[in-house]
Amino acid sequence: MLSLLAAGGAEAFSAFAPSLSAPKSLRLRQESVTMSSNDNPMSRRAAVVVTAGLLGSFLAPKESKAEGAFSLPALPYDYKSLEPYIDEETMKLHHDKHFNAYLTNLNKALEGKPAAKLTDIQKEAIKAGPAIRNNGGGYYNHALFFKEMGPAANSGKPSAALQKAIDASFGSMDKMKEEFNAAAAKRFGSGWAWLGVTPEGKLAITSTPNQDNPLMEGCEGQKMIPVLGLDVWEHAYYLKYQNRRPEYITNWWSVVNWEAVSNNYEKFAAKGIPVEVV
Amino acid sequence: MKIELAPLPYDYTALEPKIGKRTLEIHHDKHHAKYVNVANQMIEGTDMEKDDCATIVMKSHKAGNQGLFNNAAQAWNHDFYWKCMKPGGGGKPTGAIADQINKDFGSYDEFKKQFEVAGNTAFGSGWAWLSWDGSKLVVDKTIGAGNPITDGKKPLLTMDVWEHAYYLDYQNMRATYCTDFLDSLVNWDFVNQNFASAK
Repeated sequence: MLSLLAAGGAEAFSAFAPSLSAPKSLRLRQESVTMSSNDNPMSRRAAVVVTAGLLGSFLAPKESKAEGAFSLPALPYDYKSLEPYIDEETMKLHHDKHFNAYLTNLNKALEGKPAAKLTDIQKEAIKAGPAIRNNGGGYYNHALFFKEMGPAANSGKPSAALQKAIDASFGSMDKMKEEFNAAAAKRFGSGWAWLGVTPEGKLAITSTPNQDNPLMEGCEGQKMIPVLGLDVWEHAYYLKYQNRRPEYITNWWSVVNWEAVSNNYEKFAAKGIPVEVV
Repeated sequence: MKIELAPLPYDYTALEPKIGKRTLEIHHDKHHAKYVNVANQMIEGTDMEKDDCATIVMKSHKAGNQGLFNNAAQAWNHDFYWKCMKPGGGGKPTGAIADQINKDFGSYDEFKKQFEVAGNTAFGSGWAWLSWDGSKLVVDKTIGAGNPITDGKKPLLTMDVWEHAYYLDYQNMRATYCTDFLDSLVNWDFVNQNFASAK
């Protein structure tokens, strides 16, 4: 299991080896122009893999970063730890490319602005315009997403308090999942499904388009503090599931880490505080 | 009449190595097919039952029927998209569209730049378009199932930038897909036909 210390401000980067092995049906393009205008130069120099034996130390050279800039949280587990439910290839791309691009673009959009808490950025994100809305949302959402998952063997179950809240709002875990799955399947195009605590203190389910989340003032759907989110952008599941989104949704529950979700609920959402993810 | 799922205008392997066989199989036979089926189910027993796809797109848009619009417009968009590509396509156009591109954009390179920007900046799921607005060419991007016909424009060329269009072949590298689309796939004959009808 890969675990890295991320002491305040420190970053962990891992990059692909150029000759990434891939399943036959997958054709990998040579790394070239991506959407991120700040290409991570590390991935061009060398493939660096940070391994479990190097807790607290980093082989990857750090980019100098501006005061207050955000960092890429390391995955709390190895890329292949969520197999067979979420494949290793997807985890690498999702974390190292997509998540990283939101981070890079968010830092760029925040250049010259006073430092702000990530959760405060969410609140004002829609008003702040597309660069902060899309990348600030993308960064927050993915930070929450990767942290709330883990190997299936450690999935566990909700804490007593969370289970009680689920039963109170939905009747049972199964009924909650049914409603959540429907919201996730129904989201047209890119977006997220969420379980969270409403301003009335009850658990509810909603979904948002693109990288919006329910912390954003003016967002679509039910206002809430999310404790659990599911990425239904196609990049989250396409390599393994292609068009079969419902199958991805069903399988994803196996890698939800209920300890993390219960923590999100008890420490934050149930107290009316947005979950801190970085 | 029902909306039809026309077969691809070429073999599933025809756009290799840019767009793979597996992508076309899933994109056409699963994604596109589903939009067609769902739209047909939705119009059954309604006054749109005998309308053509474009009419259903316009009517559902006007009525604010988002569910039907999403499926009918995606059926239209995909049917159009397949025809916008061909094996050995891409590169600089010839004919009337080439002249008009030079007139309205200054050069093919400038058009290419704008079209790629549209494709790369359609955040989430969407489409890039080259359309005729009645007096000039315009490049647009739309989100979801969006389509310029609801704006009164005449589409000439489209590129699908929903991730399902490119993820198996390009993964996160949408920009490379957009460039390859223009360099290697565009069926400029089809675009010229559309332009001739639109003008």
